[in-house]
Amino acid sequence: MSTERRRGRREPEPSEPSAQDRLDREAHQRIERRALLKGALGVGGACAAAGWLSLAPAHWPLSLRDPDGELGKPKPKIWSLPAGGFVVPDAPSVADLGVAHGSQLRDMLRAALDALGGIARFIQRGDVVVIKPNVAFERPAALGATTNPEVLTALIELVREAGAKEIRVADNPIESPESCFARSGIRAAAEAAGARVYLPNPSSFALLGTPGATWIERWPFFWAPFEGANKVIGVSPIKDHNLCRASMTTKNWYGLLGGRRNQFHQDIHGIIADLALMLRPTFVVLDATRVLFRSGPTGGSLGDVKPGHTVVVSRDSLAADAYGWDQLLERQGEALPAYFEKSAARKLGQPDWRKLTLREVQVG
Amino acid sequence: MKRLPVIQSVPQAIERVTRDNRDGSPWFARVFRLTTTRIVTQAAFFGLFMFLLWVTWFSRLEGYPASLFLELDPLVTLATAISTHTVYRWLWRSLWILVPTLVLGRVFCGWMCPYGSLHQFMGWLFNIRRNKDNIQVNAYRPIFAFKYYLLVVMLVLSAFGALQIGLLDPICLLTRSVATAIQPAFDAALPDALAGLASSPGAPHPRVFSGAWFIGFLLIGLVGMNLVIPRFFCRVLCPLGALLGTLSRFALVRIDRDLTKCTDCNLCMRHCEGASDPQEALRKSECFVCFNCIDDCPEDALAFRLAPVPMHQQILGSIQEGTAQLFGRRVISKLPETVLAAPDVPRRRWLFAGLAGVLAYPFLRYSKAVNAKSYSAKAIRPPGSVAEPEFLERCIKCDQCINVCPTNVLQPSTLAEGGLEGLWTPVMDFRTGFCQLNCTLCSEVCPTGAIQKIDLARKLGKEPHAEAGPIRLGTAFFDRGRCLPWAMETPCVVCEEVCPTSPKAIGTYEQPITRWDGKQVVLQQPYMRPELCIGCGICEHECPVQDQPAVYVTAIGESRSKDRTLLLGSREAQSSKT
Repeated sequence: MSTERRRGRREPEPSEPSAQDRLDREAHQRIERRALLKGALGVGGACAAAGWLSLAPAHWPLSLRDPDGELGKPKPKIWSLPAGGFVVPDAPSVADLGVAHGSQLRDMLRAALDALGGIARFIQRGDVVVIKPNVAFERPAALGATTNPEVLTALIELVREAGAKEIRVADNPIESPESCFARSGIRAAAEAAGARVYLPNPSSFALLGTPGATWIERWPFFWAPFEGANKVIGVSPIKDHNLCRASMTTKNWYGLLGGRRNQFHQDIHGIIADLALMLRPTFVVLDATRVLFRSGPTGGSLGDVKPGHTVVVSRDSLAADAYGWDQLLERQGEALPAYFEKSAARKLGQPDWRKLTLREVQVG
Repeated sequence: MKRLPVIQSVPQAIERVTRDNRDGSPWFARVFRLTTTRIVTQAAFFGLFMFLLWVTWFSRLEGYPASLFLELDPLVTLATAISTHTVYRWLWRSLWILVPTLVLGRVFCGWMCPYGSLHQFMGWLFNIRRNKDNIQVNAYRPIFAFKYYLLVVMLVLSAFGALQIGLLDPICLLTRSVATAIQPAFDAALPDALAGLASSPGAPHPRVFSGAWFIGFLLIGLVGMNLVIPRFFCRVLCPLGALLGTLSRFALVRIDRDLTKCTDCNLCMRHCEGASDPQEALRKSECFVCFNCIDDCPEDALAFRLAPVPMHQQILGSIQEGTAQLFGRRVISKLPETVLAAPDVPRRRWLFAGLAGVLAYPFLRYSKAVNAKSYSAKAIRPPGSVAEPEFLERCIKCDQCINVCPTNVLQPSTLAEGGLEGLWTPVMDFRTGFCQLNCTLCSEVCPTGAIQKIDLARKLGKEPHAEAGPIRLGTAFFDRGRCLPWAMETPCVVCEEVCPTSPKAIGTYEQPITRWDGKQVVLQQPYMRPELCIGCGICEHECPVQDQPAVYVTAIGESRSKDRTLLLGSREAQSSKT
């Protein structure tokens, strides 16, 4: 329209406009006026809106004002695990530590649990259970660096029998997750037994708050498998570890964290004590079917592994770990690693397992 | 004002395709034709290509021939045969393309090549030209001979042992672009619910690739050129097209023009993919055998004929005077030539291209980065790689190894690590990943044997390879000035913890110290045991001094070459003694 008008102006004006012309021009001008008003309103409105958005005080509706830049910063949501953890109530006259030796894993695990009052004490019908094996490295199970998949199978079957609605198996390995879960046999074992495997991906982590923790008061946590879960079981191999001396059920929770985990080694004992605080499990299984007694936690040679023929079950991961340290890693006489004392100071367990009731069974 | 259509309207296109014929026959009588078959075939090959790149991943690979298209590529086979005098593993499969080319012409370009199909589709989708302009833009131009010069330069370079076909070979180029640029974008766009469809499910982090921006923009640029000149890449740059074009002169079958029917209307050029001039002397070397010209010819003058004879010698009478006769029928066309078999490149130009190739070799090889005197410390090759000179004879920069790598450690080399000669060849960057001990996937998918197929026992030096020892990619070094226990009174040794060899290649000294604040600590200070280090780089990857790690791997000590060993008693030195 505007080009036509401009072109029209350049043409010579007729000297004597007719009446009709005048009428036309008036109509034209009326339209012009309306368009002008519309345009003015539009531009004015846009200016006013921009002014409102940028200048209205911050608490006014629709205001975008952020005078010191604080409002524009991301505000991460902090998640938390249930207060008191996933612990089941105390029961009288049962053992605190169930130890089973033998070779029939299913029977051993059942016997060790029976010593604690049976699986029914821990898992009820309809429970959603997270099982946390150690799948940190891409190693065949025989090298002892990861949880024995047969122990995992036996555990899943027991939990299923107890009536669990859903069983989830999750870990955040050091090496690439797909390969770790495949090579260790954990994926195959979990899926064959009917559990669902959770592999970490960037969107499965959320910031977890652990009040009272020294280092990980807020830390990225592998949240996806914990969505709606009400029971947590750790099942970890028993491994030598140069820095923290031994990696067992308490250090196993390391695999639930994300973020810059490689800073943890600057105070590994403090971190493990934080892990014990962060996750209070329903129970833990120390899988000592194989013992990685040197070159841990990676191993890599069958010469680093000796057969243990043992599983230990406890609600108290410190007690299970201390038993493992003394009896299975055979480091009796050496002082316990510092993380035991630090965790015990927070009343997270009893590292002096001899003060607890222990029931030891030989199966098969 | 009438708005110009920006792209082809899909509903309109569907309406046009499904409209009944004027003579009353149903629409599918028009649709069931050779060009439709071609489009379906192209879509199938494109889908297969993308599928094979998608399954190139730890959890999906199984038995799929992940690098099939690269193995089918005759240029890959020819150039590596020139550079290595061998045909590796599956590369004989390119005969499956070579033989049809010798019979049918460049059917690969028109029917199979996924990159060509991508160009054709984009050219069609964004084509807003009128018929007249389409005819003009599909005419042959002298610049279309440029691909032949490129081919000659690349083959001459291959003869010198500098394999450069991968820069522009369409299969290598598309594989690389999809692996390093398209797939990360695809994964990022995928909603969480569909995360299982991602190109790298279960990857520890969204994959990143050095120089992906350049590879990606190059793809956009080359595809975008279709808006200026249809099939720009195929007509001007494609060295594989040049090779197939050179071979297609022997093709038994070709498009043939009936001079007694052709009215020289030029409508056959409207959708001519190859700019092969079907309206006059068909340029056999340029024709993609797409059959669009046959569809477009209103006179039914064009056909795909077995061994047609050039007709211009059979013409009796004069075309100028309109008295020309061919076997008793009047010649209508004013252009009697029907075929131009060989590429339109004069002999002196072939020679010039050859000389350019001869000169390009010293330019490439005597630049820093790729020769024995000045190789980059960060040019750390994947396990199973042959020694560097042989590696450069074999690597086609297709980046399939980079695509399959589960930890993202493999990266396309930049100019810094490889110069132009090593550009986009795989190198390891231990800040993005590490070489996983029990993984040999890269050696599995390499089509040319730059990374030789190895099994786990070979990689780890287990029986029956115990004598040879494990494959070493390089050697790790400590930077004590940045290491927390060495320089900062702070415990750490993540490196020792994750070191995967048994016994560990990283040991620790116990050092009781009194810290600046008076606290007593026992520091474990790490050191290397170089005989045990395999250069996997997990120590560098896990080092908390992330931006410039306090333990880092360089290429020295790699077991693939005899002249890059580090230790006096190293295995290579020993084996060369015997």
